[in-house]
Amino acid sequence: MTKEEFTKMKQELEAEYLAIFKKTVAMHEVFLCRVAAHPVLRKDLNFHVFLEYNQDLSVRGKNKKEKLEDFFKNVVKSADGVLVAGVKDVDDFFEHEKTFLLEYHNRVKDASAKSDRMIRSHKNAADDINRIASSLYTLGTQDSTDLCKFFLKVSELFEKTRKIEARVAADEDLKLADLLKYYLRESQAAKDLLYRRSRALVDYENANKALDKARAKNRDVLQAETSQQLCCHKFEKISESAKQELIDFKTRRVAAFRKNLVELAELELKHAKGNLQLLQSCLGVLKGNT
Amino acid sequence: MADTVRDPPPDGTDFHELEDGEELFPEPAAAPEESQPASLPAEDISTNSNGPKQDLLFDDDPEDLFAEATEEVSLDSPERDVLLSDGPSPAITPITPPTSVITPRIGHAHDDMFTHSSFDEIEEEEGGDSFDIHISVSDPEKVGDGMNAYMAYKVSTKTSMLLFKQKDFSVKRRFSDFLGLHSKLASKYLHVGYIVPPAPEKSIVGMTKVKVGKEDQSSNEFVEKRRSALERYLMRTVKHPILLKDPDVLQFLESSELPRAVSTQALSSAGLLRMVNKAADAVNKMTIKMNESDAWFEEKQQHFENLDVQLRKLHASVESLVCHRKELSVNTAQFAKSAAMLGNSEDHTALSRALSQLAEVEEKIDQLHQDQANGDFYLFSELLGDYVRLLTAVKGVFEHRMKTWQKWQDSQMLLQKKREAEAKLQFTNKPDKLQQAKDEIKELEGKVQQGERDFEQISKTIRKEVSRFEKERVRDFKMIIVKYLESLVLTQQQLIKYWEAFLPEAKAIS
Repeated sequence: MTKEEFTKMKQELEAEYLAIFKKTVAMHEVFLCRVAAHPVLRKDLNFHVFLEYNQDLSVRGKNKKEKLEDFFKNVVKSADGVLVAGVKDVDDFFEHEKTFLLEYHNRVKDASAKSDRMIRSHKNAADDINRIASSLYTLGTQDSTDLCKFFLKVSELFEKTRKIEARVAADEDLKLADLLKYYLRESQAAKDLLYRRSRALVDYENANKALDKARAKNRDVLQAETSQQLCCHKFEKISESAKQELIDFKTRRVAAFRKNLVELAELELKHAKGNLQLLQSCLGVLKGNT
Repeated sequence: MADTVRDPPPDGTDFHELEDGEELFPEPAAAPEESQPASLPAEDISTNSNGPKQDLLFDDDPEDLFAEATEEVSLDSPERDVLLSDGPSPAITPITPPTSVITPRIGHAHDDMFTHSSFDEIEEEEGGDSFDIHISVSDPEKVGDGMNAYMAYKVSTKTSMLLFKQKDFSVKRRFSDFLGLHSKLASKYLHVGYIVPPAPEKSIVGMTKVKVGKEDQSSNEFVEKRRSALERYLMRTVKHPILLKDPDVLQFLESSELPRAVSTQALSSAGLLRMVNKAADAVNKMTIKMNESDAWFEEKQQHFENLDVQLRKLHASVESLVCHRKELSVNTAQFAKSAAMLGNSEDHTALSRALSQLAEVEEKIDQLHQDQANGDFYLFSELLGDYVRLLTAVKGVFEHRMKTWQKWQDSQMLLQKKREAEAKLQFTNKPDKLQQAKDEIKELEGKVQQGERDFEQISKTIRKEVSRFEKERVRDFKMIIVKYLESLVLTQQQLIKYWEAFLPEAKAIS
């Protein structure tokens, strides 16, 4: 590989790394801000340690046993979720939220996948422009006619536009694709919350039935009563916090979408204007020469 | 019919002839005629019209024809005696005087048997005719049914050149007509050193789809690609000052009925013959070892080799770009739909509206990408493809030069051998054999000189052709790349418009 190709490749790799780094950093920041903004979670000790401890945290990754446990838990959860989902909720708010979240989650998943594909095509096109630029460069150096200056200028232009195109793709990735991915996971988390609440509801109803049965048989009434009260308490608590969380979810969602869409539009504009300026100035030079 | 004998035109002229490349060896009866071109021409028959000469030629015995037909060649006008050929068999070529007789006059070399009536017109319209002709290929329509169906294209010519009978006319042609035209031109001009633009390629798959009658996106695209390629082919052909005046070309553009070029079918005997010839040529190319005395040719050949490699690489990259842009357009369209759905299920009204707006923007952008991909293809990619094919024709012309050189060398070696044989015969007492040897030697000497002249002629023609080709290449590339960049500018301007319209919508989310 020649020296120029080597430096070019190095630059490309650096740009790619920078793009990925920006993405990851943004994700982490959003996560931490979310935790900090939450009235309950912000008081968690683990969180404080994470923010303040100035030495290595030595976090151990999950070992095989724990991963297996997670897997089984997931299986149980999804099976249970199916059973629980059939239960109709008395509360209108939660019923509405359930249907909404289900539909929303699916559509976000679809949009996230499609945006990923779109951005990948964009990156591919930018790569092609890169190859075209280097071919034109070789043609320019080899040619002995007027065309050599022409080719070199166009090759230079394509180099620059390619960088811009790559940045467009990266920004779309950052602002649009990541947004959708995040809300994909958020909506999943919201669904999980609703599941837990439904689970609590089912437990509560079961406890009620058990209490009635116990009263009828006049046996273990006290035991049934306490368990029923526990379930009722749990259910009400979860309903309350769920309601609050879901409302927050909506507000956050709207704010995040707004911020990202505005930034996306602004960046697209900036890059398109930059591209246009490059193209026009190059055209001016080329037309002036011929 | 006598074999034709051909003298290449003198140096420094634009005189071009039709050639019968393979029939260099005249019958013994024509031997005396051979010696004549070698000396100064006895006659100076040059006319401004074909009439009298033609009669002369037609009346005379074909054998004598060549003895008398000498012609002056003009330095300026791209004169050419052309023949309306009916197929791959080339026409008979005229004889021209050697270099020493050159007067700048408008004259014609002519052939004996066949001439085209428009020949007269060509002479009159000579000189002062600026290049003003525009050909368009349009209105593809399907004619016939089933496997015998074909697409007929309308070829319209608009010109102010006097070469043509009308200023504005059109004819209907089918694809095999174009191929037939190309094969006629190639057989007439390629081996004299002219770069004949190659015709668009056959595509059995594409055409079968059209024949079967599938009216879908891909067959429409195929027809459009072909139409555009045919248009470019014709424009390139008429840009060549010599080819423009060829009666085959004129007939193609003007006459409403054209004999069907059957020999262009892929599975015909002519097709098979072509394949065999191609294979033979490839073998020959490897075995000819030429002593290149002219560094210019070597340098140019190398230049074209490099150019070929680079253009192919660039072409591949551009095709990949076209493909990815089309993919991008499809994916953007899908994303637009998905975003619209998301907007529908979103229950916050302002956000829902913004998402629908986003979907609309993305839909417009996908159309933009589609248009840009078409621009990429029709402007950039097809230009590169055309030039890759043109370079094959250029390389072919260089190969013909090598073949001509080989022929010359062969006849020279044969002459040498015959001389040695004659020298040996001197010492024997066989007067008739000696005479025969002397005759053969004379004949061969003529041939050697002819070979040398051919070689010089083709070298000269190639030099001119290459400089014309390079000029045109520079012009083509500059023009098309500027057009392409302008299309990119348009795309960016549209993008700016769309995103500027979207931005306030996004900001309006509360």
